[in-house]
Amino acid sequence: MSATWAVVLLVGVFTVAFKGAGPLLLGGRALPARVLRIFELLAPSLLAALVVTQAVGGTRCLVFDERLVGVGVAAVSIRLRTPLIGVMILAAVSTALARWAL
Amino acid sequence: MKERPRHREGAKRVSPLAPASVSFGVAYGVLAVTAGMGVVAPIVMSATTFAGAAQFAAASVLRDGGSVLAAVGAAVLLNARYLAISVSVAPAFGGSHLRRLLEGQLIVDESWAVAQIDRGRIDRRLLVGAGLLLFPCWVGGTVLGVFGGDALGDPRRLGLDAAFPALFLGLLATLLVSRRALVAALLGGLTALVLIPLTPAGVPVIAASAVSLLGLARR
Repeated sequence: MSATWAVVLLVGVFTVAFKGAGPLLLGGRALPARVLRIFELLAPSLLAALVVTQAVGGTRCLVFDERLVGVGVAAVSIRLRTPLIGVMILAAVSTALARWAL
Repeated sequence: MKERPRHREGAKRVSPLAPASVSFGVAYGVLAVTAGMGVVAPIVMSATTFAGAAQFAAASVLRDGGSVLAAVGAAVLLNARYLAISVSVAPAFGGSHLRRLLEGQLIVDESWAVAQIDRGRIDRRLLVGAGLLLFPCWVGGTVLGVFGGDALGDPRRLGLDAAFPALFLGLLATLLVSRRALVAALLGGLTALVLIPLTPAGVPVIAASAVSLLGLARR
C-alpha cells in the first residue's frame, strides 16, 4: 500500500471513530448532570478557540493579516445585530477589499 | 417534530459558507495533487474524513516529504476535538446504529456550531441539515480541484477564509449569556492564543476545550 493510501485509511478510520463514537455508543442516552455542566462550557471555550485559530493562526506562529479586518467588521456587525449570514458576507468582503487595497 | 424543515433551517444557517467550502475543497484538491496523492485518494479522503484542516495538514506533510506517521499524527491531533464534540452531542442522536454512525459523520465545526440551541445542547436536525449541505460542497470542490479546476482562484483572495472566524464569533456572541460562559470563552481563546506558536496545530483547540472542565468546579 502506498504512503498516500495509508494516510487516507488511517486518518479516515480515526476520524470516523471520533465523529461516530458519541452518537453510536451514547446516542439518545441522557448524560450525567456533572458531564452536562462540562459540555455547557464546551461550546463557548471551543468556539472562542476556533475564532482565535482561524483569525490569527499560522504554522506554529501567530499571523496578523487582513483576516483581522474581516473579524473586526464581523464584531461590529454582530454588535449592530446583523443577521449571521450578513456578518459572514461582510467579513469576507472586507477582508477581500483589504487584501486588494493593501 | 418535523425533520425536513429543521434540516432546511440548518442548511440555511451555514449556506453563506457553501461557496467557501467549495472553494477550500478546490484548494485542498490542488494541494493534494501537488503532494503526489493522485486524484482518487484525495476525493476518497474528503468523503470519509470530511474535515478540512486535518486534510490540509496531512497533504502538506506528504508534500514536504514527511512520513506517514507524521501526516497521520498531525491530522488525528487536529481531529481529536471531534471526539469531545461527538460525545457532547450524543444525547441528541437516535435511531438505528447505522443511522447514528452515519449522521455522526456530518459533525464538522460549522454544522456543530450552527446547531447550538441552549446550555450546551444542540438540535441534531440542524446539524444534519448543515452537514448535508457542506458535504457535497467539500467533496465536489475536491473533485474540481484534483481535475485542475484552479479557475475559481485563491479562496483567500476572495476573503473567504475570514468567513469562518466570523461565523464562530457570531455564534459565540449568542452563547455569552452567563458569567461562566464568558469566562470559559475568554480562557479558551487565551489558551489557544498562547499555544498556537508553542504546540503542533490541533493542540491549542483541544487544550482550550479542556477549559470546559472548569464546569466541574462549584458555582
